[in-house]
Amino acid sequence: MTEQAMPPVPSGPVTRVGSRQKKDGSLAKAEDETDWAALLVKVRDHQDKAAFAALFRHFAPRVKAFLMKSGAGAALAEECAQDVMATLWQKSHLFDPTRASVATWVYTIARNRRIDALRKSRRAEPEELDWGPEPEPDMAEVLEAQQETERLGRALAALPAPQRTLIERAFYGDLSHSEIAAETGLPLGTIKSRIRLALDKLRHQMG
Amino acid sequence: MTIRHHLSDQLLMGYAAGQLPEAFNLVVATHVSLCDECRARLGAFDAVGGTLLEEADEIAMGEDALSRTLARIEGLPQATRTDPLRPAGIFPAPLADYIGGDLSAVRWRKVGGGVKQAILPTGKDASARLLFIPAGKAVPDHGHRGMELTLVLQGAFADDNDRFARGDIEIADEDLEHTPVALAGQDCICLAATDAPLRFRGLLPRLAQPLLRI
Repeated sequence: MTEQAMPPVPSGPVTRVGSRQKKDGSLAKAEDETDWAALLVKVRDHQDKAAFAALFRHFAPRVKAFLMKSGAGAALAEECAQDVMATLWQKSHLFDPTRASVATWVYTIARNRRIDALRKSRRAEPEELDWGPEPEPDMAEVLEAQQETERLGRALAALPAPQRTLIERAFYGDLSHSEIAAETGLPLGTIKSRIRLALDKLRHQMG
Repeated sequence: MTIRHHLSDQLLMGYAAGQLPEAFNLVVATHVSLCDECRARLGAFDAVGGTLLEEADEIAMGEDALSRTLARIEGLPQATRTDPLRPAGIFPAPLADYIGGDLSAVRWRKVGGGVKQAILPTGKDASARLLFIPAGKAVPDHGHRGMELTLVLQGAFADDNDRFARGDIEIADEDLEHTPVALAGQDCICLAATDAPLRFRGLLPRLAQPLLRI
């Protein structure tokens, strides 16, 4: 991962800075742990271009790499990565920071774009929830959702190499659906429970 | 509505990874539209993709990529926070999109015994169809080849072991042999998909197709 400059943040406490202990005991370098969700909310509520630029610098090169690993050529991957980031802006009103991290949200957009570009088939998506995200979500829940990417990253790094490789191959489109082994060895149950609680809470609030 | 029969982890992970045949994708999206439990499970598998993206290498974007993307955004219609239209009928949005409307838009073809089906246009790696089974009638004898998913949208069916009502999904493989019967009271409508090879070839394939074997 490259050293990253602090993105320009117009206002508000949206960055957390700290170091973290890696699973193998080595101390990871101090790294900006930017609050991507807060930036995306600024895009959503204020069409904030500086916030979008920070999101773009972080995620667009990762989306491009993801698409190229999935078999797209450099030109197509560049084009699609721009599309993905444009969609991130356009659909920001659907982003619910209590249910998914920004990385997960970007991933689903990139995955969908990959299907459209490489398979050229139609692609059904689940119905949007008609109550949508809350305008003022609980910050503790948002933080929890954002931290889950990081925790999963550590769990993934701790897996035996063959198991990790299988998961990567599945998500980079290298396995057919019948070859995919769903037993990942990752702590997905806790994530599922948290999302389920968020859904129940939203349904309850909407009565 | 209490859904008792859910998607498998394999299908959810296949959906999250973007690797399902189009017909299975449709069944998963339709079930998830009805089932918060599977929506949450899918969210967990999506998070694995998010993690892989976050941990992925970076490949530099072109120099003017950001300004080009912003220009692209300027050209997009401004999306606003509006409540999406939820279809009023029995088909959740992803399925209604495929059919082009609700029940009245389905172009049924009779397959005998009061049973009707409508094949949906999907990619060839798997096929999807709607099934209409009159209340109290048996689903015509059908062996499963490959994997077959059956999602109940209206009414219910039962076999010796279990009962499937709206939102429930049955996942069958080649080993399953059963004779499901639509329960009395309401005609049963299901969305079914299979990745078994299509049997028909050549002219008039849909008309020539015997009973339910597609």
